[in-house]
Amino acid sequence: MAKLGPAHYSPYPVAVYEGILTPPKGKALLFTEIVDEEQAMREAAKAMLTRENATIFPGPQVLYAWNDEAKEKAKLIKEMAQILDAKIIPMYDYRPKYPKIDPEVEINPNHPNLTIWHNKIKACIFIGVHCHYANVALKIIRSETDCFTIAMCSQAGHEDAMITLRDQHVEEIEKFLEVAKEVKKELGKA
Amino acid sequence: MAYKIYKVNEEFKDIVPEEVVELEEKATWGNPKRGVMDLPVTKELLEEHSLCAGCPESAAIRYILASLPNPEDTIIVNSTGCTSLVFPHISLHTVHSLFGNQNSVASGIKRVLEWRFPDKAKDVVVLAGDGATVDIGLDYTLQSFFRQEKITTICFDNEVYANTGGQESGLTPKGHVFKMAPKGKLFDKVPMWQLAIDSGCHYVARLTVSSPKKVERVIKEAIYVARELGPTYIHLYTPCILEIGLNSDDGLDEMRSRDKERFAFFEYKTPHAEEVIAKYKAEGLL
Repeated sequence: MAKLGPAHYSPYPVAVYEGILTPPKGKALLFTEIVDEEQAMREAAKAMLTRENATIFPGPQVLYAWNDEAKEKAKLIKEMAQILDAKIIPMYDYRPKYPKIDPEVEINPNHPNLTIWHNKIKACIFIGVHCHYANVALKIIRSETDCFTIAMCSQAGHEDAMITLRDQHVEEIEKFLEVAKEVKKELGKA
Repeated sequence: MAYKIYKVNEEFKDIVPEEVVELEEKATWGNPKRGVMDLPVTKELLEEHSLCAGCPESAAIRYILASLPNPEDTIIVNSTGCTSLVFPHISLHTVHSLFGNQNSVASGIKRVLEWRFPDKAKDVVVLAGDGATVDIGLDYTLQSFFRQEKITTICFDNEVYANTGGQESGLTPKGHVFKMAPKGKLFDKVPMWQLAIDSGCHYVARLTVSSPKKVERVIKEAIYVARELGPTYIHLYTPCILEIGLNSDDGLDEMRSRDKERFAFFEYKTPHAEEVIAKYKAEGLL
């Protein structure tokens, strides 16, 4: 049995207890290091292209057409899935499901034992997930699996992800797609 | 419009579950004339529930959700009890408060919404059981009436603390025996509908949920009056068939039998509330 973590609710320490904080503006977080955004994008693309069952988890902020940015991001995320040869599993809302969710079809942060496809997903991107639920889900994944998590956040980022890209709007996602295409070519997968 | 948050991006329609797409395409958003008659042909806002088979409370919740005139701009505040098993499964904004303080939470939400969206109707509806409304939360409930908060309070009265094994509540009738109240209740049922009137509610109703159309009318009137004037209160009899020893298909008969006695339909409207209701009737919304 694992020991209780410092927060007394998770058996493992969360990132912030290990001194890991979100990156400053214009920078990104790669494990524990603050790095340039492009470097983090390259590593993120590499992880998605080389690890098993790479999956994108789009959240409600991009799944629903509630503003123009969301509509634009939806197109880019579809393209992203093609470039990275990734599956898409939506996190369309955060209601706990009864009697249980189907992890093949959706991801839900309220069901920690089922998230990340019984740990068969080895790399994933969180995008458009509301920060408070991204924090919950990323903490669970960090402590319970060996999935390589990448947070593409439109706000300050998430320290519990292995890679955090902050302030990710349409322009930044377009840049990520270009970087991903380059990395794919370098890996001989294009 | 607020219901745009239910519109799935075209790119993702092939990957989100069918029920989410249906919520956009077949639910009755932006239609204040929606009602219980839509239930068989439209997408319900309650996906599924985890209440007991045949529970009248589940019927009550389905009728209420079908009757909300403005679901896309409605926030539901609920409390601990059987009802709290349902709220995670509904497609509206809900807030689970502490046991009893639901009317205080609703007051705060309503005030902030009025300040933030002064030109838009945003309804706040409290749904709680008899324990939360009349026992543990009586103070908070009545204080919100005294303060004339513009919220609708709906009490699901099953006359017992059902999901904790059958303890008597303030709304248990005198003499009733439950598993955890073997001596029988020694004092009378709290006349909550009367307290609501005395505390300043503009619209009060007491009924069972045996008649869906009646539930719809009462819910709509209470919400419109709360929107314009101040607190409204609805007292619904939703018997716990398990605790009173009935089968799962006996709920409707139990309610119908109480329609003729202690839950005979009762309605109170202030003159101002009558005016509001007449106005909405003239607009064809009631």
